[in-house]
Amino acid sequence: MKKAGFDILIVGIGGQGTILASNILGEACLIEKRHVQGAETHGMAQRGGSVESHIRIDGKYGPLIAQGTADLLISFDLLEALRYSHYLKQDGTIVTNSHLVLPTSVFMQNLEAPREDAIIGSLKKHRLCLLDAEQIARDAGNPLSVNVVMLGAASRLMPLKPESLLEAVRRSVPKKTIDVNVKAFEAGQAAGNTCT
Amino acid sequence: MEQRYLLGNEAIAHGCLESPVDFVTGYPGTPSSEVIDVLRSQKERSYYIEWSVNEKVALENALAAAWCGIRALCTMKHVGLNVAADPLMTSAYTGVTGGLVIMSADDPFAHSSQNEQDSRCYAHFAKLPCLDPSTIQEAHDMVRDAFPLSEELGLPVIFRPTTRICHSKGDVRLGNIISSARKAEFKKDPRQYVVIPAHTRILHKKLNEKQSAVKKRLVELGYNTCSVRGKKLIVASGIAASYVQEILPDTVSVMKIGAYPIDESWLKEAVRKHESVLVIEELAPEIEEQVRQVAGNMPVHGKKDGYVPYEGELSLPVVAGIMVKAGVLKKNPYPDAVPVPNLPVRPPILCAGCLHRAMFYAIKRVYKDAIYPSDIGCYTLGLQLGVVDTTICMGASITVASGIAKSGEPHDVICTIGDSTFLHTGIPGLMNAVYNGADMTVVILDNRITAMTGHQPNPNTGLTACGLESIPVSLEAICRACGVTFVETVDPYDITGTMEILKQAKSRKGVKVIIAKQLCVITARRAGIKRGRYMVDPDTCTACGTCIKFGCPAIERTAEEKAVINDLCSGCGVCARLCPAGAIVREVKR
Repeated sequence: MKKAGFDILIVGIGGQGTILASNILGEACLIEKRHVQGAETHGMAQRGGSVESHIRIDGKYGPLIAQGTADLLISFDLLEALRYSHYLKQDGTIVTNSHLVLPTSVFMQNLEAPREDAIIGSLKKHRLCLLDAEQIARDAGNPLSVNVVMLGAASRLMPLKPESLLEAVRRSVPKKTIDVNVKAFEAGQAAGNTCT
Repeated sequence: MEQRYLLGNEAIAHGCLESPVDFVTGYPGTPSSEVIDVLRSQKERSYYIEWSVNEKVALENALAAAWCGIRALCTMKHVGLNVAADPLMTSAYTGVTGGLVIMSADDPFAHSSQNEQDSRCYAHFAKLPCLDPSTIQEAHDMVRDAFPLSEELGLPVIFRPTTRICHSKGDVRLGNIISSARKAEFKKDPRQYVVIPAHTRILHKKLNEKQSAVKKRLVELGYNTCSVRGKKLIVASGIAASYVQEILPDTVSVMKIGAYPIDESWLKEAVRKHESVLVIEELAPEIEEQVRQVAGNMPVHGKKDGYVPYEGELSLPVVAGIMVKAGVLKKNPYPDAVPVPNLPVRPPILCAGCLHRAMFYAIKRVYKDAIYPSDIGCYTLGLQLGVVDTTICMGASITVASGIAKSGEPHDVICTIGDSTFLHTGIPGLMNAVYNGADMTVVILDNRITAMTGHQPNPNTGLTACGLESIPVSLEAICRACGVTFVETVDPYDITGTMEILKQAKSRKGVKVIIAKQLCVITARRAGIKRGRYMVDPDTCTACGTCIKFGCPAIERTAEEKAVINDLCSGCGVCARLCPAGAIVREVKR
């Protein structure tokens, strides 16, 4: 079946700002006068748990992306990229933060901690763009803007104009943080252009 | 007209502002909470708004306002409607003069709930009209129009979005916000508002007589439609209708149900134009049962013959699979995608520095082999710490505890309940336990806020929904007034002192209450309260694992099995008090 729109799944850990990232993409769609649908995790599941935001650009019907059909997976955590990688279509792309937060379950239940190189190995089955978003965010002036760095890095893979995305960043973040978030977006963009 | 990218609940709140609404009540519950959160944070308000103590209280307040001729909204999650069921059932008899919209948000798949009940069944049971949106735009338009509909029919209207409407986002066309000029006036009419037997028998008859006019009106308004395109018919409602639309072949007819009760003659006529019917709806077979009644000998597929699941939520691939099985679609266009196996799970956990974790730790140390009934709130996550043995519904920790204590079960019983849940439905159970002489301990986890649903204030917070100061209730005084003589307040961060009080409670008979008081770490952070962070001195750490077992997300284990504290530390200091080696110390500012 031919898909009409472009489906983006953003994943991470509750508190990392997936909801703001989804708001920015939605705003960019409005700027370009395109339909957009999305779905996200609220409530109890947000407390440090694994969270997901679906964004369907040009989506007119349901808000959920079917597994195996996402065009783009953006992950704010390396382990979460692997957890959701089955959502990606065969020739889809993963853009992920290289940083990994070990789930508390590893310590509490004495599970084997997943190794970063093994995760990266598994992710390489797909087109992969790996970047140290923490470092890029810190260099851009705010360690909390990892979410905006990640959007910047993935922006060239989206069917949205960079200027729409940048304007959406300005409209969606708190006023006091516009400058630092614009910097974070641009730094992410630069990193995204060079990552393989 | 404005176009915005909004959360379903934001769009619903906006629809209420366009109506406009005059009076808003509700009790927080996922996925419904953001509607009032949006309405209470509006800069200019021409309406009254409150967070009520529970859903029954909320509905009775809203009903009274609607009796005064103004427009009222009452919001809750599906299980809240159980609490409000008493006024709900009879509100259909009394009817309303001002529009009353009862939003009961359902949660298929129980993303954040204790069950998967279907509010449409309540509408059916109460003989009230019910609106069931399939998109965010529809949710916005429906709730806006539900107020005048309620006035026209003289009945409360149940508005039933699901999680995938409330917590989805989309581009929504919005209308203008208007401020209300309605004046409340209660016109005395005992035959309508005093439901003594002589009155209520007549009211019941009138309600029944109204039903066929209600059904006809809902068809006229275009909430239920059928587009005939072939011999096969798919009937769908709610978000399932959106999934069907996305993959529907051109030669298949589609009927969309957006409002109940469904007019049987309309339904029969539309269904009988086809040779077979497939009914796709989430949760209860509410539509399917009616379709089966009018379909005659025609084959009907749905839940009752195993085509559609009764439980969980639907999705594009699941709906496609159902359509393939029913012969409507040739093959499922969605691939079988399998998640990577054996990854360590990342469930939601209590925050670093959460008072609940400290209190649970102390409880487990002092009451080793006890039974631990608990309740609905963030602290249900204490399940991961082995200190939650039961949850059933709001307020039931105390009643389950007294039931177990009275059953003859020999173990100690100590239950946990949050401040908001205690005020919601906990107090009658406490009174009952004291009155009937149970031996048990109640721990009220008092973080002064309704945290799990997004930090809504409650009567214990000292603030109203609009941020005005209010007199906070005294949990101590309430417990004493219920007849409890052992009422102690502890700071759970002081783990030694807390354990001492727990030991005292354990040695006594009767109902004992311990109030564990500490701000929610999230509200404390927002209020600008800063505590210094802690760190582990690697030379002193003996890698004993005591702090790791505490389960705080701020404490990680290094490759050498030693502990290390990460950026999530909020400075509660509990781990420092637990460390037998004294290796955890306040971080020194460099």
